[in-house]
Amino acid sequence: MALGFFSRLKAGLTRSTTKLTTGITDTFTKRKLDDFALEELEELLIAADLGPTVAAKVIRAFRRARFGQDVSPPEIRAALADEIAKILAPVAQPLTIDETKQPFVILMVGVNGTGKTTTIGKLAQIYADAGQKPMLVAGDTFRAAAVEQLQIWGNRAHAPVVIGAQDADPAGLAFDAMTRAEREGAKILLIDTAGRLHNKAALMEELRKIIRVIKKRDPTAPHAILLTLDATTGQNALTQVKTFKDMVDLTGLIVTKLDGSARAGVVVALAESTGLPIHAVGVGEQAADLRPFDATEFARALTGADPV
Amino acid sequence: MFDALSGKLGDVFDRLRRRGALSETDVIEAMRDIRLALLEADVALPVVRDFISKVRLQAVGTEVLRAVSPGQQVVKIVNDALVEALGGEGVVPLNLNAAAPIPFLMVGLQGSGKTTTSGKIALYLKDKQRKKVLLASLDTQRPAAQLQLAQLAERAGVASLPIIAGETPVQIARRAMDTGRREVFDVVILDTAGRLSIDEALMDEVKAIRAATDPAETLLVVDAMTGQDAVATATAFNEAVSITGIVMTRLDGDARGGAALSMRAITGAPIKLMGMGEKLDALEQFHPERIASRILGMGDIVSLVEKASENVDQANAEKLAKKMAKGKFDLEDYGEQLKQITKMGSLSGIMGMLPGVGKIKQQLADADLDTSILKRQGAIISSMTKAERANPDIMKASRKKRVAAGSGTSVQEVNRLLKQFDMMKDMMKRASKLGQKGLARGGLGALMPQGGGRRPF
Repeated sequence: MALGFFSRLKAGLTRSTTKLTTGITDTFTKRKLDDFALEELEELLIAADLGPTVAAKVIRAFRRARFGQDVSPPEIRAALADEIAKILAPVAQPLTIDETKQPFVILMVGVNGTGKTTTIGKLAQIYADAGQKPMLVAGDTFRAAAVEQLQIWGNRAHAPVVIGAQDADPAGLAFDAMTRAEREGAKILLIDTAGRLHNKAALMEELRKIIRVIKKRDPTAPHAILLTLDATTGQNALTQVKTFKDMVDLTGLIVTKLDGSARAGVVVALAESTGLPIHAVGVGEQAADLRPFDATEFARALTGADPV
Repeated sequence: MFDALSGKLGDVFDRLRRRGALSETDVIEAMRDIRLALLEADVALPVVRDFISKVRLQAVGTEVLRAVSPGQQVVKIVNDALVEALGGEGVVPLNLNAAAPIPFLMVGLQGSGKTTTSGKIALYLKDKQRKKVLLASLDTQRPAAQLQLAQLAERAGVASLPIIAGETPVQIARRAMDTGRREVFDVVILDTAGRLSIDEALMDEVKAIRAATDPAETLLVVDAMTGQDAVATATAFNEAVSITGIVMTRLDGDARGGAALSMRAITGAPIKLMGMGEKLDALEQFHPERIASRILGMGDIVSLVEKASENVDQANAEKLAKKMAKGKFDLEDYGEQLKQITKMGSLSGIMGMLPGVGKIKQQLADADLDTSILKRQGAIISSMTKAERANPDIMKASRKKRVAAGSGTSVQEVNRLLKQFDMMKDMMKRASKLGQKGLARGGLGALMPQGGGRRPF
């Protein structure tokens, strides 16, 4: 499974890896690690969406350790992977379900189009297979057909889906769902929400209201507030996560669409700046494609270093 | 959207402006800052390199160094280069020069906003171009995607192709075009499933759809928050299906939007439209020169002027301007102005268009200003007598108490308004000293009290 994840992830990251590693090979094959080479390496990291700050940090570490040495591309990749893994290790934490909380309430939030509904669908499937009786709440009452989309996932997982009317108040719906989950003995309640841009104050306030109302039913809930982050997002991810964190006390991240592109670098910048746990990564459209996040594998896949 | 970048570049230009003449080293140093600012804004690395080398080449020339105002010269060079990178001057409209039904093909990554954009374009064509539009979803991948488009079509008041389960995307595309011909539609919008640029099977599928329908427009829908990958995505889609235009979505967010800068430079396809909100009518034409000046912190003056002329009573405005010039601006006029500003929409939206405001905008956001403050201030002014409005100096404790009670506010708020009004008058004095030209050159920044911290109004 670990290797499966790695190869899947690596396959998904091929594009970025190729770009990055080709660059490294070009840069370092025939010369010393000098100022010019370091500058190019920094640009390569930025091109992988690591962001200027993290890229600079990695380069500083390199400069201390390797300046003036003759270095081969594999050495560079391994050392780069180590640097990145160091940053990622503290945030690689799986999502643990506290079984004393029943239902364990998970609220899914995020910007439009980042994969909230799909991720809830995948989680529902995973929890249902593990016999943890999930119940889904179609809290995105704004987007056309969002409810139907979640219902299809619910059917696949044989999990009940709580729905409200179009444009219904999502907070009221969440409250009703809490009641129903308690009555029907659901162990995990997965609440979907409408996508919202973090700079829309009114929509962020709506999200806070959902949480306030949930707390009326159970003061300890929601037990997890997860943000889905589209891996193609650039440096705006930092503002995105920070704003959501400030507004609604995020407890963790799920990085989606990691199978398609180079944009894994922003994850490194996020670990650096927010320290929020990264619970899982989405590397495909199936439920099984939602995988735990592993720092070392991720870093090695990103830099094109050989697996440990 | 380009705030942070504007702020960064604003700093750079501030530094340049303070000098009388520029040395070659100065220019090189400035270029380094600009390069970093662009990278932080997610502009693609090759585009940044190209951009910088072009600008440096022009900036280091003697022409600049001997110019009267080298700072201005560099600003102009950077601005011109930005406009060029964004796609030259002017709007590139949707191509409707084809035999009806005109096929539009929508492509892009998952979650970039294709389906919503399809609905927006349908509404735009129906309302602004009086076209009869058919929406067809070829997305057989994502659950309920076809239903989503059908619901959007209903909201937009256009037709959508009836959903038949089990059809392949190519079959749906053919049926959509047949329906378009039979029922005499002007435009058929084909919304495809989101796909990864590296997914060969799905890229082949979209190629087949393109071959089957020969679209007049193949629009790539790109999220404005996209990082460096924007270029890889655009290149892959362009190679597969020859993109004719790009639609940037979520430009109402606060992404720095470097992707916009990269797109045209890499693919050659113009950015035609931008998504500015969740509502179906939140679709605007893309104006490269406006965005470029926003990036530079020079403000989107064109937009502001247009918006103002739509909403501001011209005669009133002129009267006000004359009064301002004479220094006879009083609270009556301020109240009138408040009303007009509230009509123009959110304050931060307006401020974002003003020159030199990039840096102040963050302060504004921190201050959490909104139009409700303006409404309260309007109420305070309404509660004053004419004499008080004409001569605020007569406002003493008992008058303040009365006004506060009358407007449902507090004496503190009344005080704050009076103090702000004083500051405004101060600003206007400075403005008339600077004159029209000085204002246009120095931007609003020149008016702001130095040192920050204080509210601009």
